[in-house]
Amino acid sequence: MRIIVSIKRVVDHNVQVRPRSDGSDIDTTGVRMVINPFDENALEEAVRLRERGIASEVVVVSFGDATVQESLRQAIALGANRAIWGQAPAALDQLAVAKLLRHVAQREEASLVMLGKQAIDEDAGQTAQMLAALLDWPQAVAVSELAIDGDTLHATREVDGGSESLEIRLPAVVSADLRLNAPRFVKLPDLMKAKRQTIEALDCTALGIDLSPRLQRARVETPPPRPAGQRVGSVTELIAKLRNEAQVIA
Amino acid sequence: MSVLVLADIAASGVALATRQAVSAAQHWGAPIDLLVLGSTDVAAHTQIAGVRRVLHADAPQLAQPVAEDLARVLNGLADDYTVILAAHGSLARNALPRVAALRDVGMVSEAVALLGPHSYQRPIYAGNLLATVDNRPGLQVLTVRASRFEAAALNGHADCVAIAVPATEGRSRVTGHKTAAGERPELGNARVVVSGGRSLGSAERFHACLAPLADRLGAAIGATRAAVDSGYAPNEWQVGQTGTVVAPDLYIAVGLSGALQHTAGIKDSRVIVAINQDPEAPIMQLADYSLVADLFDAVPELVRHLQPEATA
Ligand SMILES: Cc1cc2nc3c(=O)[nH]c(=O)nc-3n(C[C@@H](O)[C@H](O)[C@H](O)COP(=O)(O)OP(=O)(O)OC[C@H]3O[C@@H](n4cnc5c(N)ncnc54)[C@H](O)[C@@H]3O)c2cc1C
Ligand SMILES: Cc1cc2nc3c(=O)[nH]c(=O)nc-3n(C[C@H](O)[C@H](O)[C@H](O)COP(=O)(O)OP(=O)(O)OC[C@H]3O[C@@H](n4cnc5c(N)ncnc54)[C@H](O)[C@@H]3O)c2cc1C
Repeated sequence: MRIIVSIKRVVDHNVQVRPRSDGSDIDTTGVRMVINPFDENALEEAVRLRERGIASEVVVVSFGDATVQESLRQAIALGANRAIWGQAPAALDQLAVAKLLRHVAQREEASLVMLGKQAIDEDAGQTAQMLAALLDWPQAVAVSELAIDGDTLHATREVDGGSESLEIRLPAVVSADLRLNAPRFVKLPDLMKAKRQTIEALDCTALGIDLSPRLQRARVETPPPRPAGQRVGSVTELIAKLRNEAQVIA
Repeated sequence: MSVLVLADIAASGVALATRQAVSAAQHWGAPIDLLVLGSTDVAAHTQIAGVRRVLHADAPQLAQPVAEDLARVLNGLADDYTVILAAHGSLARNALPRVAALRDVGMVSEAVALLGPHSYQRPIYAGNLLATVDNRPGLQVLTVRASRFEAAALNGHADCVAIAVPATEGRSRVTGHKTAAGERPELGNARVVVSGGRSLGSAERFHACLAPLADRLGAAIGATRAAVDSGYAPNEWQVGQTGTVVAPDLYIAVGLSGALQHTAGIKDSRVIVAINQDPEAPIMQLADYSLVADLFDAVPELVRHLQPEATA
């Protein structure tokens, strides 16, 4: 069984991003980039499935400019067997990414595609579901537990106010929640080895797929700040303020 | 031109988020139909003001639908609508992207403001930034942050129509559902939320410290990811970028630092209180009222002062 894992290169979650001065986009110059944390969970799970003999191969794919190759090398160092760099314009929307992933999943005859439940930059949480629809495969979204038994996948997924268990037949699409596992750390020797591995380059504009964005980003701005707060000196003062000033308690 | 709103599944009556989604749907000034699933209380939904028709999709598999089944129902209706909209809850997040893909259109997730017929504002980078996004004209598929919209009143009289439901395809099924059904209000629309962080130190202390305060205030309890990952609180209590977004009148942050990923989920709160022993913690800058204190002293003291029978 072959598993495809998608890897999105995103701004590190510790970085406080700012809009460009003209408000047209985000200023990412010189900012630290990492693998989307949720994709690390997806990759970790796929590698564990291979280590347990359930999967035969883990293929990672990322769409974007040449810099995504660095993230792919890291993914190889974390245990992926091979990597595909989908050369594509930066502004792919979720539907375009889903279409490209469908192409790769079909070409690779994958039984399982694993994604992150959301990317921490755009926070859309759409791509996995879109891909599943395009492939006409069942899906398990925001998965925190996963087991595969023959061609049946058992998943626990996080839903509002609790969790849901699902039983789905492979082939399928799964998106990972952070609680799925604790990803391993990259070891330097593995990273050195990964540097020598070739990454397949796939020209996404030559596939005859309509990648034109449905969504256009018109503006990016900083939300209005909350008014400055005040420090209170004691619990009694706090209660008095909440009662009389803010009037949020009786 | 009309708008289709997908109703959230409510154990009884109408979910608050459904009423808020209906009021968001007014934005297009077009007739609004409401899709209600399974054995939900249909009569209650016909009373939501502004709804023209309630479409009732009643089939056993839709009581707790898999995305595949729900997307098929929505896709079957999509020809008649220019907008398909729902509150940004797990039901819609699961199914709406599938519908968008089947229709070859883009989807906008968690709009916080509706600007034009296909222009929206939505938070990105954990709410650090606001993006204005233009979707192509044609079918609009979106979820909205429900708490940003007034709930529609319950004085309407919509018609109700039963719709045909395609058979389930059977490649996926829900085998179980766990909810922490309790006495407390639902986190997503509680009026008061008390949240704790890593510093509570254990599940026992988390509960012993925060439950009495939540009881006094009739509050829901929330937690940081650090508290959840340490096993102090269940998953569904997590507030933030990857948990629940809350918008209470009062949010009390106890012993948590206020990481961006956490505050992404609380910025719509009317009043934020922070109790932390570190005056420099980010949450202390965000809070309307901040108290520098050891939580293990301050919280019990708060509880004592909030005793209903406390003498002046
Ligand atoms: C310069 C620039 C301009 C942009 N302009 C726009 C714009 O105009 N409109 C707009 O909507 N977006 C724009 N984007 C962002 C856009 O590329 C989104 O990142 C993309 O639509 C995916 O959305 P998401 O990350 O929210 O998806 P989600 O659905 O949250 O992502 C879920 C999962 O999908 C997978 N995934 C997503 N993207 C990729 C990828 N590229 N390669 C591999 N796997 C992936 C990952 O596994 C991820 O965890 C721009 C980005 C850049 C860098
Ligand atoms: C991709 C991603 C997504 C994430 N999503 C979320 C999310 O949705 N929600 C979320 O919450 N986090 C999320 N996180 C984690 C987030 O970055 C922080 O790590 C987390 O919120 C920190 O939790 P904390 O505030 O409880 O712990 P800490 O940051 O360790 O803060 C503990 C605080 O307690 C104070 N303290 C200690 N002892 C006492 C005492 N006795 N009395 C008073 N104060 C005391 C300390 O001064 C400190 O400020 C995410 C992280 C990533 C990478």
